[in-house]
Amino acid sequence: MNSILKYFKGLFIGIKSLLMGMSVTWKELWTKKVTQQYPENRKTLVISDRFRCELVMPHDDKNEHACTSCGICQTNCPNGTISITTKMIETEDGKKKKILDKYIWDLGMCTFCNLCVITCPSDAISFNKQFENAVFTRSKLIQTLNKEGSKLREKKKEVKTAEVKSEVATEPKAVKSVGILLGAIAEAKSAKTTETTPTKNTENKSTDNL
Amino acid sequence: MDIHFLTYKLSLAGGILLLSLLIAMYATLLERKVAGFFQDRLGPNRAGTFGLLQPVADGLKLFMKEEFMPANADKFLYILGPSLTMLVALLSSAVIPWGGNLNIGGVDYSLQMADINIGVLYTFAVVSIGVYGVMIGGWASNNKYALMGAVRAASQMISYELAMSMAIVTIVMTTGSLSVNDIVAQQHGFNWNIWTQPIGFLVFIVCAFAECNRTPFDLPECETELIGGYHTEYSSMKLGFYLFSEYINMFIASAMISSLYFGGYNFPFMDVLGVSPNWITIIGTAVLFIKIAFFMFVFMWIRWTLPRFRYDQLMRFGWKVLLPMAMVNLILTGFFKLLFK
Ligand code: SF4
Ligand code: SF4
Repeated sequence: MNSILKYFKGLFIGIKSLLMGMSVTWKELWTKKVTQQYPENRKTLVISDRFRCELVMPHDDKNEHACTSCGICQTNCPNGTISITTKMIETEDGKKKKILDKYIWDLGMCTFCNLCVITCPSDAISFNKQFENAVFTRSKLIQTLNKEGSKLREKKKEVKTAEVKSEVATEPKAVKSVGILLGAIAEAKSAKTTETTPTKNTENKSTDNL
Repeated sequence: MDIHFLTYKLSLAGGILLLSLLIAMYATLLERKVAGFFQDRLGPNRAGTFGLLQPVADGLKLFMKEEFMPANADKFLYILGPSLTMLVALLSSAVIPWGGNLNIGGVDYSLQMADINIGVLYTFAVVSIGVYGVMIGGWASNNKYALMGAVRAASQMISYELAMSMAIVTIVMTTGSLSVNDIVAQQHGFNWNIWTQPIGFLVFIVCAFAECNRTPFDLPECETELIGGYHTEYSSMKLGFYLFSEYINMFIASAMISSLYFGGYNFPFMDVLGVSPNWITIIGTAVLFIKIAFFMFVFMWIRWTLPRFRYDQLMRFGWKVLLPMAMVNLILTGFFKLLFK
């Protein structure tokens, strides 16, 4: 008797769960579809703010960037993707100064981990949302980020002219960013295996790849 | 038998054949569309408007694929497998009444290929041969996955066929005829069998799913465990035959469900419409196809709702749930038949 009861109970539970499942899928049938019809919707395409596509070095209209060529990004990159070459110039007041010559970034080797961007003390680089990066030869993936004839944005003058108040206001932010920087560097270092001469590594790898 | 009659029957046969193939072709598109919509996608829409040319593209692709035969396969059986499946799938449409009679110039033209008096038996005899196509194909491939698929197909068949035939027997008991035409004709108007045989319908539709190897009973092909099951070693149009016959089977099964339980070409208020009998026949055929389309959609709907049964679950379900249910239904039907004689 008990087993007969169990049989019918099982039967009704089965039918009920089937109908429940079917009602769920029925509702799903009429929901809005998430498919992005990509080549057609290029103009209205929505890409998440956090999406990382291409590393860029923003230049202002005076063709100036913020990169001090400190090499922190290069040291922190776990893949040896970035290679920075510098050159020494002599400033007007006779001092020697190291400036950025070439900032080379290899898209084919980048894992888009963002470590370079968060460790940069000058916020000189960032990722954009330009995702159509397919090219026919691998050498085209290696890009020079600083533009021809660009130079470092003069920072000190701005600070001098700025009011004391604003300097105080920016202080916490600066402290915070240093904190982030230290944390990220520690993280990067632990994640890194080969720290020696990333520049050379990069060159070797990129020539191998070609 | 005059030549007139022969030409008519031949053209009807050709028409039904073409129609089955066409419907099976577009069932593949419908399946992909419906699957897409159930998963919040759009489905294929690049080949033609709404992807209408997609089946053509798929067919072309299958034709152009390399014809590959495993070195140790049994050549004869290897080819027999898909051929048998396809043949059997197409054969069963012969006894389904696609509509009433068309009266043209005083001569009655029946829209049924053959009104044989054991139509129901014929259909199920033919349909159960279909599983041999799967078994032979799986065996001949000389591949363990294919063999597993074939074994599963065989064991699946013995677990559902009994319950299915019991469901059919109840239908035969209530109508007193083995001819599909009679069974449909008795459900005139809205007097459908589903009202008296809901349990039988439930058993039958579950078995129809198993018959067509559709989810949740698609164990023989089960791509997660068996690669492709019985058609693992098949390629090109032989594979196409297997895949295609699944959709033909689905079409025939839907037609069978509509004919046996949902009145076939009958529709409510067909007597009070006040149009000529020819028009009733045409509307009836259209109604039948709407019913078939609905059941094909249900097939797909369930496919995207239920996961696949495990092997032992299927056996338990067939023997311990479906069979008792069909038997109780059989006894109850007999009892009521005696009571209200
Ligand atoms: S991008 Fe930033 S971290 Fe890299 S060299 Fe320039 S200033 Fe230093
Ligand atoms: S995102 Fe990561 S891998 Fe890419 S350049 Fe920056 S640090 Fe290197």
